[in-house]
Amino acid sequence: MQIVQLILFLILFPLVTAVFMLFVGKDVERRWIVKLSALVIGVVLVYLLITGFNKGTLFFDIGGEPIGLLMFAIELAIAAFILYMGVRYKNYLVVGLIILQTLIMVAFEAMFTGKVEVSSNLFVDQFSIIMALIIGIIGSLICVYAIGYMRHFHEHHTGIPDKRNQFFFILFAFIAAMFGLVFSNNIIWMYFFWEITTLCSFLLIGYTKTKEATKNAFTALWMNLLGGVAFSIAILYLATLGGGVLGLDQLLASGKAVALIPAALIGFAGLTKAAQLPFSSWLVGAMVAPTPVSALLHSSTMVKAGVYIIVRLAPIYQASATGYALALVGATTFLLASGIAVSQTNAKRVLAYSTIANLGLIVACAGIGTYEAIWAAILLIIFHAISKSLLFMSVGTAEHHILSRDIENMHGLINRMPRVAAMMVIGIAGMFLAPFGMLISKWVAIRAFIDASFGFIFVIILAFGSAITVFFWAKWMGKIISGTPDSENIEGKVDRSEWIALVSIAGLSIITTFIFPLISTFLVKPFLIRNYGYTTQISQYNITIMIMMLVLIVVLPLSVLLPHRKHRHAAIYMGGVTTNANLQFTGALGIKRQVELSNYYLESMFGEKKLKTLGIYLCTGIIAIMFIAIVAGRVIS
Amino acid sequence: MISVVWAIVFILLAPIAGGLIAGIDRKITARMQGRYGPPILQPFYDVGKLFEKEHIVVNETQIFYVICYFVFMVFTGALFFSGADLLLTIFALTLAQIFLVLGAYATYSPYSHVGAERELIQIMAYEPMVILAAVGMYMVTKSFNVSDIAASSLPVVLFIPGIFLGFLYVLTIKLRKSPFDISTSHHAHQEIVKGITTEFSGPSLGLIEITHWYETVFLLGFVYLFFGWNPVLAIIAVAVIYLFEILIDNTNARVKWQLAMKSSWAVAAIVGVVNLGALYYFVGV
Repeated sequence: MQIVQLILFLILFPLVTAVFMLFVGKDVERRWIVKLSALVIGVVLVYLLITGFNKGTLFFDIGGEPIGLLMFAIELAIAAFILYMGVRYKNYLVVGLIILQTLIMVAFEAMFTGKVEVSSNLFVDQFSIIMALIIGIIGSLICVYAIGYMRHFHEHHTGIPDKRNQFFFILFAFIAAMFGLVFSNNIIWMYFFWEITTLCSFLLIGYTKTKEATKNAFTALWMNLLGGVAFSIAILYLATLGGGVLGLDQLLASGKAVALIPAALIGFAGLTKAAQLPFSSWLVGAMVAPTPVSALLHSSTMVKAGVYIIVRLAPIYQASATGYALALVGATTFLLASGIAVSQTNAKRVLAYSTIANLGLIVACAGIGTYEAIWAAILLIIFHAISKSLLFMSVGTAEHHILSRDIENMHGLINRMPRVAAMMVIGIAGMFLAPFGMLISKWVAIRAFIDASFGFIFVIILAFGSAITVFFWAKWMGKIISGTPDSENIEGKVDRSEWIALVSIAGLSIITTFIFPLISTFLVKPFLIRNYGYTTQISQYNITIMIMMLVLIVVLPLSVLLPHRKHRHAAIYMGGVTTNANLQFTGALGIKRQVELSNYYLESMFGEKKLKTLGIYLCTGIIAIMFIAIVAGRVIS
Repeated sequence: MISVVWAIVFILLAPIAGGLIAGIDRKITARMQGRYGPPILQPFYDVGKLFEKEHIVVNETQIFYVICYFVFMVFTGALFFSGADLLLTIFALTLAQIFLVLGAYATYSPYSHVGAERELIQIMAYEPMVILAAVGMYMVTKSFNVSDIAASSLPVVLFIPGIFLGFLYVLTIKLRKSPFDISTSHHAHQEIVKGITTEFSGPSLGLIEITHWYETVFLLGFVYLFFGWNPVLAIIAVAVIYLFEILIDNTNARVKWQLAMKSSWAVAAIVGVVNLGALYYFVGV
């Protein structure tokens, strides 16, 4: 089979599944269709990986005027729908933005249809393959997870209308759009898929139709539409250049002088989608949606679309003021969002701020734009997707059993829900401990920053942000493993589909850490060489060290299985008063009193309000300076 | 370049050296306080006795975490002395430290819990400075490898005097010396009983002591890197700095965690920006 067919299949097949999802009648049908589709997508992806990894960049001249028109028609339909929603819910910011955006695109179509030519609409290279693997494998595992989760969800929340058919339709449409985005060379196509992801996330966040959900869905919508407006202006601008520069390959080849303005506009769109400060609140608000939605938005889709596009354009940003501005926005977001995560007790909010922080780090790498930094950025994208999806799903499953998503209620989870807690611990370890992927990526990022001009500033920010990260992950992990051994096991029966997804991704998290030198050699390295002429590699010796650490980490827990004699158990020390294992002591007058242990949240230092306000001012300022500098530079020259 | 021999030497001799340093430390401390003090070998007697005691636990898993703490601390030191990548060594150190924290959490005991939280605050306080120290050394010697930094003919400390002072500041945290012995202390003035190690006794506590000896030798090795161009001077500097830490320990009262953290961060931020900035401006990368 030819690679182009594989790519078309990947874009169209999830759409077919999506349509099926609209019409399934019974849960059992849905279950099988989702699982089979996930399997098919996985197999096709592996086939694409095997046949495509050594082919370099391939361009495909597919489609043409009819498809372009069809896309435009769908865009208009989406615009009409958003306009309707905006009017209906009286959100005039959304109305204004969608009208503006549509006018720009209509103007573009009226002026340039038939006049600008893009030689190839689709393409594939190693970076696309990496993104496709993330979208396809993690995305479809999340869909599998959603089968069980959504059944539970509607059993628990009887007040919410059961629209699972639509829900799964949107999930698969989302995946199709993400595939389209990473395989598009035509920037208009890219924009089309970009807008679809905006719409899908709007619908998914608002799924429960509660007041809060609707409000947060609109927040997500207007922020992403703002990015969409910037994107459409970039397209209009690109169309006016010479014969029109509307292919990604043309844009990258056109040189900084030409490309910097549109790249800055598209980069801005990327910032909104990647929920960077000052646009972080939409992703935090998205927490109201059912957990599979969060898992999907945070790991393999949506926010990854934002960083994908910035990493794609990184060669243009490299060593430019625009690049440094983007990198500063990213680095500031990394530092402040990590700080905010310290003060959160809600597990999903901790995860949300951690996502925002890590995306910030990816944006910082892409803004710096050197080959080493891009190497770090791609590794961060891969490892973050794996660990974060695992964490969201395990929090979601735990929530159905302990009926809370508060970290304070997760004490002793290792005894109460041992298997789910183990998954959670693997996910957390993957986020901040050596030798797991995220930490390795941070290490690579430090090395990349220090070799770049002015890199020391970013290294300092990274050093602080990374220390904060250790704090909030470790205390969460501590909460899970601390508890009385005699507490009751309430794990019961975890839904099979949830379990399949959890175990697969936990396995993936360990396997990718083992094979990441291979990923680096066969996928990232060729990509870097072609785009930058250089590549970088971790030395064999350091890889050996990391594998030694990983083996130790995997083997040491097995030591628990070794035969050992039981030790004498004693009650904990509580200052001389009688205690039992449940933290009770006998107080004055013989009254039994209960001690409760709580983690530190350091509200006075890391309060959300304080840091977020600071971040919004700082990052808005940086972005404003970036655009003023670009315009000023243009006027002067 | 990379020496397995040094790693083995570290694994075998570090506990002896670390124990002796602890003994000398106690002797000098006693003299500073006007006491006669225990014999130099007292730490070895103490640890030996701990291993003879019955192993009483609150929770079986706590032993596992302490063993991991020990294994990864030895691993960290061995990496360092074999001349490996300094950043990787620092990450391994964090991993080891996290296992001790998890061990304290696992006991689900109020004093341990407070100790664990404070230990995490300490990690958060010192880590930026330690990473910046490694980065500073890289900017001077163009290498992250301990072997290259130690063998560099450049007087590293003269290029990064600010970073060096900043490192000394957080070294007090790492050595668990006053005024920053917040999570646990060797002194009797501890207000959270024994903090992070409250629920450890017998062989577990002995293992924690030995791990601490390994850590001390590793940290002094880190100090050595600042003076690597002249080994004699380096050893004198390491000795003087350790004596200085003892003096600080005995002349300061413990501060609150807020001050420990804010001041460590302020120091790291200031010396980081000023020293690394100056280095970047004058030397380039």
